[in-house]
Amino acid sequence: MTVSRFRNILLIVAAIISLVGLADATYLSVQALTGETLSCGGSPDCFRVLGSSYAKVGRVPVALIGATAYFCVFAFSIFAAFGYTRARKLLIPLIGAMFMATLWFLYVQAFVLHAYCRFCLFSAAITFLLAGLVIALPSSART
Amino acid sequence: MKRFLPFVIVGIVAIATLGSGAMLYHSKRQSLAAIPATKVLAVTSGAESPHIRGNPDAQVTLEEFGDFQCPPCGQFAGFTEELLKEYDSRLRIVFRNFPLSAHEHAREAAIAAEAAGIQGKFWEMHDTLYREQANWSKAPNAREMFESYAGTIGLDVDQFRKDVDGEKAKERVDSDQARGESLGIKLTPSLFINNQPLDQKDKNPEGVRSAINSALEQKSKSGA
Repeated sequence: MTVSRFRNILLIVAAIISLVGLADATYLSVQALTGETLSCGGSPDCFRVLGSSYAKVGRVPVALIGATAYFCVFAFSIFAAFGYTRARKLLIPLIGAMFMATLWFLYVQAFVLHAYCRFCLFSAAITFLLAGLVIALPSSART
Repeated sequence: MKRFLPFVIVGIVAIATLGSGAMLYHSKRQSLAAIPATKVLAVTSGAESPHIRGNPDAQVTLEEFGDFQCPPCGQFAGFTEELLKEYDSRLRIVFRNFPLSAHEHAREAAIAAEAAGIQGKFWEMHDTLYREQANWSKAPNAREMFESYAGTIGLDVDQFRKDVDGEKAKERVDSDQARGESLGIKLTPSLFINNQPLDQKDKNPEGVRSAINSALEQKSKSGA
């Protein structure tokens, strides 16, 4: 398998994974915008997290920012797979920023709110997977 | 063609995401109707005996459709106590059951509250259920906890068990739920102030106070 083929496979896998994250974040955004209470198997933890002040930046739900970020990851991965070098360059800082934001939100859930939202943990897992894929990209793809 | 393919793929995903998001938003967003004249609260009619807190003849009625397992409803329950102190005899609060199917024990809790109501302690059970929400919500057998609450608030526990299994409490819950559904309720808490629905965006302390104040002003203008 050539390096470029391996790189393209990783980029397509990243695009597919980002679509799963996009679906999760879109669902959470709609919940935030309609004001519906999320239930995590009857546990109030989802509400504690998603109803907290940490779930919004100003008046914008964090989930909406997340959905935008996942969409950008998808778009950049697709463009990168089709040979657009600039998209590849943008993918790394974007996923890096998402990784840092995920660490912050995990800290907030664990040490500030003492409650975990399953949808958010799922999103965190997806971001970690994307970060792993970016790290695994052949070095030529990272420049 | 290959040059344009990524644009097509990204465009299709963007349209699909926006479209499905918009569809989901419209399906979840509730559009509440005002309470029609035929269903307006009539305390003296005997047709319905709603659970009322505060002055039964108050100028303003806040009707809440709540779910005992819904965390915002629990928060709102604490806020209603503040409201009753603040508005004193000018406000009455009516509670209606609207257990959401997504909440495992919500219907059981509503029936427990109604069973307590049969012994005249609806509000005591209402307060206990919200106060203890985090505990019974996760319990595998919530009913045992409800029975212990019944004992704590001074109910005849054997009678409470019979009432929980009986039809009267269930019918009461079903009747409240049917009323809520006929008004277009999908979310809890859903609030009506003097029969007018409160918008989702106003479901906060400032919004509720502002709506109550407007209702009071209207009443004073109309001389009621």
